[in-house]
Amino acid sequence: MGVTTAVNPVEPLLRSDRMPHIWCPGCGIGTTVNCFARALEQSKLPLDKVAVVSGIGCTGRVAGYLNFDSFHTTHGRAIPFATGLKLANPDLTVVVYSGDGDLIAIGGNHFIHAARRNVDIKVICVNNFIYGMTGGQVAPTTPMGMSATTAPYGSFERPFNLPFLAESSGAVYVARWTAFHVRHIAHSMAEALRKKGFSFIEILAPCPTLYLRRNKLGDGLDTMRYYKQHSVIKNGASTRDLDLDVQGEIVVGKFVDTERPTLQQAMDQRYRQMLKDRYNGWRQP
Amino acid sequence: MDWVKANPKTILSGAHFIDGNHAACEGAIAAGANFAAGYPITPSTEIVERFAARAPLVGATFLQMEDELASSIAILGAAWGGAKSFTVTSGPGFSLMMEHIGFAAMTETPSVFVNVQRGGPSTGLPTLPGQADMMQARWGSHGDYEVIALSPNSPQDCFDLMIDAFNLAEQYRNPVLFMMDESVGHMTEKVVIPSADRIDLRPRRYTGLPASEYQPFQPWTDGIPEMARIGEGYRFHVTGLTHDERGYPAINAQTQQELMSRLIGKIRNNAEKIARTEEHFIEDAGIVLVAYGITSRVALRAVQMAREEGIPAGLVRPVVVWPFPEKRIRELAGQAKAFIVVEMNCGQIVNEVERSVAGRARTVLIPHSGGAVHRPEAILDVVREVARWA
Repeated sequence: MGVTTAVNPVEPLLRSDRMPHIWCPGCGIGTTVNCFARALEQSKLPLDKVAVVSGIGCTGRVAGYLNFDSFHTTHGRAIPFATGLKLANPDLTVVVYSGDGDLIAIGGNHFIHAARRNVDIKVICVNNFIYGMTGGQVAPTTPMGMSATTAPYGSFERPFNLPFLAESSGAVYVARWTAFHVRHIAHSMAEALRKKGFSFIEILAPCPTLYLRRNKLGDGLDTMRYYKQHSVIKNGASTRDLDLDVQGEIVVGKFVDTERPTLQQAMDQRYRQMLKDRYNGWRQP
Repeated sequence: MDWVKANPKTILSGAHFIDGNHAACEGAIAAGANFAAGYPITPSTEIVERFAARAPLVGATFLQMEDELASSIAILGAAWGGAKSFTVTSGPGFSLMMEHIGFAAMTETPSVFVNVQRGGPSTGLPTLPGQADMMQARWGSHGDYEVIALSPNSPQDCFDLMIDAFNLAEQYRNPVLFMMDESVGHMTEKVVIPSADRIDLRPRRYTGLPASEYQPFQPWTDGIPEMARIGEGYRFHVTGLTHDERGYPAINAQTQQELMSRLIGKIRNNAEKIARTEEHFIEDAGIVLVAYGITSRVALRAVQMAREEGIPAGLVRPVVVWPFPEKRIRELAGQAKAFIVVEMNCGQIVNEVERSVAGRARTVLIPHSGGAVHRPEAILDVVREVARWA
C-alpha cells in the first residue's frame, strides 16, 4: 500500500514558499483568499492568464501570496494599474484584490472612474472597517460611533455604502458577503471571473487585533457568529438600502448582475464606426 | 542586444512643419509606443491630443485618465502587460506623478514620462515656459533612485530624442524623463521624419529561460534583469517593497543594500555611456556656457555674438541632463577659466556644474525666473564682464 499525502486543493494556487503569511489569527483576509482559489478552480479559467493586482495594506498583501502573475502596486492605485494592464493585454483576466482604505479612501476616485468606464476588471474589496497595516485608524467604512486610533472618541463620519457606490458608478456586477459566507463568496467570485466588465465584491471581514479589540466586540470567532446570526441574504436588494451600522442586520447577496459594453468593446465599436477600414485595432505587442 | 527597425506602417516619414509637442508624439509612435495615458494640462496637452487621434490608426491605445496619479501608473500596468508606454504632463501634474516615477524605478518598469515644463511653483505660469523642474526630475520621488532625463531644444529634437528616450527605458529598465519646456513644445519648425528602416529600436528584454529557472529580479550580466512575458506561466511577482531576486518582499537592511546598489549602479556605472552633450566653439573656449533645452539656443546666439567680438566663448549643451555629464565638465574645467550656466530657473543645474568644476574655474549663474527666454544680449553682457576678469 502506498502512502498518500493529502494536498490542500488550493495549495498550487498559493506561493507556499512565502508562508507563513503576515495576517493575524482570526483575520478574515485569508478566508477570502481560500475562497478565491476555489473560485478560480470552479471558473475553469486558464490560470496562466490570471493576473492579480493589489494596492497597499493588509489585503494589499494578497497579490504576493497568490501564485499568479501578481503586482503589489502603490497605495490606492491598484485599479489604474490594472486598467493599463488589461488594456495592454486583453487576454488577461485581471483581478484587483485590496482593502477598503486602499480602494475607497485613497483610491476612491479611481474606483468610481473604472466603474464608470466599465473596465473589464474584477475588484474584490475586503472591508474590515479600519486601517489594519498602519495600526487601526479610522476608515471611510468605519461605522458611526466606532473607535479608532485617529477617532479616539468614536467616528462621527457617515461611512460609504460600497455596493451603492459601485452600482451608481456603473459596475455591472455587485455583491456583498461576509467572511462567514465562504461558499457564497467563492460562487460570487467565480461568477465575477466569468463576467465581462467592472465587477465588485465586498467582503466584510473581522480585524480582531485592531477593530474588534478596540471596540470590545470580541474575537474573530465572535464576529463570525455575529455574521451568521445577523446576516440576511437578499439577492437583488436595492443597493440604496445597504448601509451598515454596528448592531443592525447585515444585508448580503448579489445585488447587480447586468450587461453593458466594456471599455474595450465601446472603444472598439466607436473607432470601427468612425474610422471604418482605417481602424488599426490593438495588436498584441 | 539586437536592435529592430521601426514599423513603417506607423511612421509619417517625410518633412513636416509641426511644433515640438506634435513632434514628440510622432517620436513616441516611431519609437513603438502603443499605449499612452494622460490628463489634460497646459502646455503639454497637444501631445496626448495627437496621440488620441493617431492611436486607433497605428494599433495603439490612448486613455484619458481621471488624474495624473492614475495616468502615471496606468502606463506602468500597460508596460507589464507588454506595451511600450508613456505619459505626458506639466508642472502640477509632474508633482503628482512623482510616486510612480519611484515605483517605476523600484520595479524596473520601462517607461517614459514627458514634462513640458512651465513656470512654477504651484499653478505658476501655465502657458509660459520654465526649466525649474530639473531637480524635481532628479530627486522628486522619495528614496534613493536614478533617472535618465533628456532635454530637447527643437521640434526635430523632440522627435529624435523621444526615440532615444524609449530605447534607454528598455535598455536600462528605468523611467526616462523627457524634459521639454513650453517654448520647445509650442515652437513650430521643420521636422524631418526618416524612413522606418533608418530608425533603430531596442526591443524589450524578455527572458529566454523557462519558468522553472527564471527569477524576475536576477540581474543579467550587465546588472539588469530580464522581464518575463505576462500570461505565459512565469507567475512572477512585482512589488514596490524592497525585494529579493525572486521579487519577494524582504524587509531588511541587507536586501535593501543589495537592491539599492544594483538599481543605482545600473545607471551610475553607465553614466558616461548615457550622458551626452552637444558642443559649439568649445575647442579653444576659455569661457564655457552651459545651457539646455530652449535656453541652449539663446545661449548659442550669445556665444556667436561674443565670438564676433573676439571673446573665446563656447557652449556645452547637456542633451542628456541626468545622469549629468560630470566627466565632460570636469575635462573642460582644465581648459576654461569660467563657466556660465544659463537656465530658466533660479539656479538648479548650476550646482551640478559647480560640483563638477570642483573649484578649478569660476562658475557664474545667469538665472531667469521663467515666463520668457533669456535675451541673448543679457547673456552677452555677462560674458563680456566675465571675459574682463577671466
